[in-house]
Amino acid sequence: MNSKSYSLFLKDLKSELRTRYAINALAMFIIVAISVIMFSVGQEKISPGLTGGLFWVVIFFTAMSGLSRAFVSEEERGTTLALQLVASPTTVFSGKLIFNIILVFAMNTVIAVLYSALFNEFIIRNFLLFLTSFVFGNIGLAISSTIIAAIIAKAGAKGTLYPVLSFPILLPLILASVQLTLFAIDGISFESAKFELAIVVSYDVIMLTASYMLFDFIWKE
Amino acid sequence: MINYSLEAQQLNKSFGRRLIFNDLNFKFDKPGVFGISGPNGSGKSTLVKIIAGIISASKGKVIHLLNGKALAEENLHNHIGFVSPYLVLYEEFSTLENLKIFADVRGTEFNKDRVDYLLNKFLLFKRKDDLLKTYSSGMKQRVKFIFALMHFPQLLVLDEPTSNLDEEGKSSVYEIVKEEAKTNIVIIASNERNDLELCNEIVLLEKYKN
Amino acid sequence: MIWKIFLFLLLAFVSVAGISFPIVENPTKWYEFPLIPGLEENAKIIFFHVPTAWLTVIAFLMSTLYSFKYLRKKNLDDDLKSYASAQLGMIFCILATITGSVWAKFAWGSFWNWDPRETSIFALLLIYGAWFALRSSIESEEKRATLSAVYSMIAFVTVPFFIFIMPRIMTGLHPGSADDSNAGPVVNFKMNGNMLLIFFLSLIGFTILYFWMWRIGYKSILLKDKLDKKLIRG
Repeated sequence: MNSKSYSLFLKDLKSELRTRYAINALAMFIIVAISVIMFSVGQEKISPGLTGGLFWVVIFFTAMSGLSRAFVSEEERGTTLALQLVASPTTVFSGKLIFNIILVFAMNTVIAVLYSALFNEFIIRNFLLFLTSFVFGNIGLAISSTIIAAIIAKAGAKGTLYPVLSFPILLPLILASVQLTLFAIDGISFESAKFELAIVVSYDVIMLTASYMLFDFIWKE
Repeated sequence: MINYSLEAQQLNKSFGRRLIFNDLNFKFDKPGVFGISGPNGSGKSTLVKIIAGIISASKGKVIHLLNGKALAEENLHNHIGFVSPYLVLYEEFSTLENLKIFADVRGTEFNKDRVDYLLNKFLLFKRKDDLLKTYSSGMKQRVKFIFALMHFPQLLVLDEPTSNLDEEGKSSVYEIVKEEAKTNIVIIASNERNDLELCNEIVLLEKYKN
Repeated sequence: MIWKIFLFLLLAFVSVAGISFPIVENPTKWYEFPLIPGLEENAKIIFFHVPTAWLTVIAFLMSTLYSFKYLRKKNLDDDLKSYASAQLGMIFCILATITGSVWAKFAWGSFWNWDPRETSIFALLLIYGAWFALRSSIESEEKRATLSAVYSMIAFVTVPFFIFIMPRIMTGLHPGSADDSNAGPVVNFKMNGNMLLIFFLSLIGFTILYFWMWRIGYKSILLKDKLDKKLIRG
């Protein structure tokens, strides 16, 4: 099963490298979102806490611009049937999830690097805490956005509904991640951030379980 | 000798509150060509999709038996080949790449001899490395046959197999259907007289409207 | 019929009593409410605010329950029940938000404070706003039923996270919040017998009203569906 999902992931990767649809959209969106923030901040001095919040604003909107591709592209081109003919729902979901996880990690690493280069106030004092929350936050973001992308693709609604449907589902994850980023900026110890970390990790686990259980219903009409 | 059988029991499908067909029963338990026929909108495509396990029936069930043992739903796709006009393969890849991808995702071995044989059969060998988007619709239809046959399926489901094909293509299809029917079950959903002439048995869908 | 008259009388009594019974410092007569420090006359909105919030939860819970039932049985009637209940839930959700905002303005000084419960109801508005948007974008009945049921399941599993994360981020103002030290749960300690009676009568009355409205809503959608089909078929 693993090698099948991995093959599907490789296919998506190869297809993405040929068409560059999601990568281009994501890259442009990162630039647009960060520059909008920079223009609106202007010469103002902003607090480190605010940069932590804005960091997740950029991540959320960038994710919304490109992560629905995984399923929407299959549905748009009508290749869903071919996929249904060769793979079980579990394989399909795993393959798409791997692809989105890779995409989210690439995108968020670029955002983090650009962001810390451009905002002097964005200083992480507890780097290990930031890294841990970043990893688990990214996984959660990838899981939720993949399952919502599957719904969107089948609904035929494409782009516009995607952020609307994703936001309430991602909200608890974003709230916890913003909080963790603030802790990391303030240099708070791992020990006192345990509760928020537990929330993010259990969000990942529960969302993953729910997604695998519900994907069959979405995939098979 | 592999023994495959297919049985539909009291099959019923409705979309919303609209009935497509009701109380449909049939059993195909020996190799041969079986037809499904009916006017447009009678549910031919719906029925073949249910047979192939792509959509589920509202009531009743389809049982696939391989050597007397029922096949699990998640493995069904490894025993079925499916061709239809609404099936679309990846346009940004070449024929060969498409076939390799599908073999990998399916988890079956990519059998080069089989693929070469089929490529020759459907006159695509020379263009096997060209991207699918450069193909005509008839050529794409022929690629779908290779896609459906490359993993030696025991059940071949053909929905309007000869649409988009020229005379040459049609005769390759008929040849391969006859060849497959010696050992496997072939189901053809069509209204074409020539297609239906191949069949040993035909299910007429308009009889199951209430 | 008889229970409809009963419901009418019950709700009429609750509305009149809830609004017009006077609040005095030391209640002696049966119709007098006690004075709750910090709330004064504002206290009366409790008869309407709490039931609407309660029904928001009940209606959305019922909607989720029937979505779940639809996924198991694939019966389109369950989807209609879920939809009818979510519609009512949305109405009560908006009512609870408005009555709550008005109360908040007089009790805490501003219409909106991002207290955990305010944030929860905001999250519910977002979830069901998205849910209705999803439904309206899908033509096919079965697809609409399945996808919206799946979405409500996913939304349902996020609810515990809201409950855990919110008290860590914002301070609670509602009575009964984790860090609530001044007011204490109003219902248990500060209300006297007749106030409690009217409060629970109101809860019961509104709950019956909800189940009645749900039935009517469900039946009217069913009839509308059938009528549409007849018109199309001619």
